[in-house]
Amino acid sequence: MSIDARIVDDLIANDISFVTTVPCKQLAGVIAEIDTRDAIRHVPCTKEDEGMGLCAGAFMGGKRPAIIMQNTALGVTVNTLATLIQYYRLPLPMLISYRGELREPVACQVEMAVHTKAILSQMNIPTYHFHRQSDADELDPILKYTFMCNKPVAILTDATFWGGYGDQ
Amino acid sequence: MIRSEILRDMAPVLKDRLVVCNIGIPSQELHAIQDEPSNFYMLGTMGLASSIGLGLAVAQKKPVIVIDGDGSVLTNLGTLATIGNTHAPNFILLIIDNGSYGSTGDQPTYAGQRTSLAEVARACGTERVVECRGEDAGQALQRALEAGEKTVIVVKCDSGNAKMPVITMDPVTIRDRFMGAVQAE
Repeated sequence: MSIDARIVDDLIANDISFVTTVPCKQLAGVIAEIDTRDAIRHVPCTKEDEGMGLCAGAFMGGKRPAIIMQNTALGVTVNTLATLIQYYRLPLPMLISYRGELREPVACQVEMAVHTKAILSQMNIPTYHFHRQSDADELDPILKYTFMCNKPVAILTDATFWGGYGDQ
Repeated sequence: MIRSEILRDMAPVLKDRLVVCNIGIPSQELHAIQDEPSNFYMLGTMGLASSIGLGLAVAQKKPVIVIDGDGSVLTNLGTLATIGNTHAPNFILLIIDNGSYGSTGDQPTYAGQRTSLAEVARACGTERVVECRGEDAGQALQRALEAGEKTVIVVKCDSGNAKMPVITMDPVTIRDRFMGAVQAE
C-alpha cells in the first residue's frame, strides 16, 4: 500500500471527516488520495490560518478535522494557534511537510525550516518528526493522542520520509 | 444607524440561531444585547469568524449566521473565495460594513472607500449577495434564512460603538455551551 493511502486510512480510522489543505508538492499524493474517499469532506483553503478557522468550526459542528500544510506557513498561523485553537482547547492534527530539511533543493525553504521546531516548541505544541516511512506507524496513536488531549499536534514529514524531490 | 442598533434590531431573528460573532466590540455588543449558548464569541483571532462559520455550516445542517465586519473580512479576504467555491446552503455571512475598524478607534477601512465587499463576494462566486442599509438588515437576514441558500449580506451603516463590558466568560465555557446548542434537537 502507498504511504499516501496508509496516511489517509489512519485519518479515516480515527473518524477524521473534515480536511482542509494548502498544497505542497510532497503532500500532493495525500491530497489526491483524500479526494478519492467519500468519508472525508475536503475544503481547500486559501491560507493556513483561514484553514484553522474552518477546522475550528467543523469540530464544533461535530466533525473531527485535520489540516495539511507546509511548515513555511507556520509563521502566519501563530496567532490563530494561540488565540483560537489553544485558547478554546480545540484538537487539531497538523500534517506538515517539513521543507528545508536534508535533500532540499530550494535554499529559501531552509529559512523557515530552522525556525519550525523552535516555534512549535515555544508554543508547547506536541511535535512528531517522520523521517523514515516506518515512523508513520505512529500516526494512528498520534491522532488518538490529539483528540484525547484537545490540543494542536504537529506531524512534520521531511523529504527523506517522502523519498526526496524527484526531478526537482 | 450604528452596529449596536442593528444588532438590537436583528436580535429577534438571531434568537436560538447558531451565531458566530466577530472579535472585539461586535461580540461585546451582542453579548450585552442577547447572550445565548448558541452565540459563539470570538475573543481573539481577527478575521476568522467567516471561516469558523463556514466550517460549522459544512459540518452540520442547521443554519449558521456569521456576524462579521468589513475590517475583519479585509484581513481574510481569501475567505470570500473559499465561501464562493464551497457548497454550504445553510451559511449566511452578514458583514456589518461601517467603513471603519471599530474596535481600534474607528480608523477608516478600504471598504468605506473604493472597495466593494459585495462586488468582491460576487466575483468570488457567491450567487446570492445582498446589499442593504442598517434599517433593513433584520429583514434581509430573515429572507436569507427563508431562502435556504448560501448568502452574503453587506449592511452599509455608520461608524460607531456602544460602550459595553468586556466578555469575561472563559473560552472553553463559550465553546462548550455553543457545542451543546449545536447538538440540541
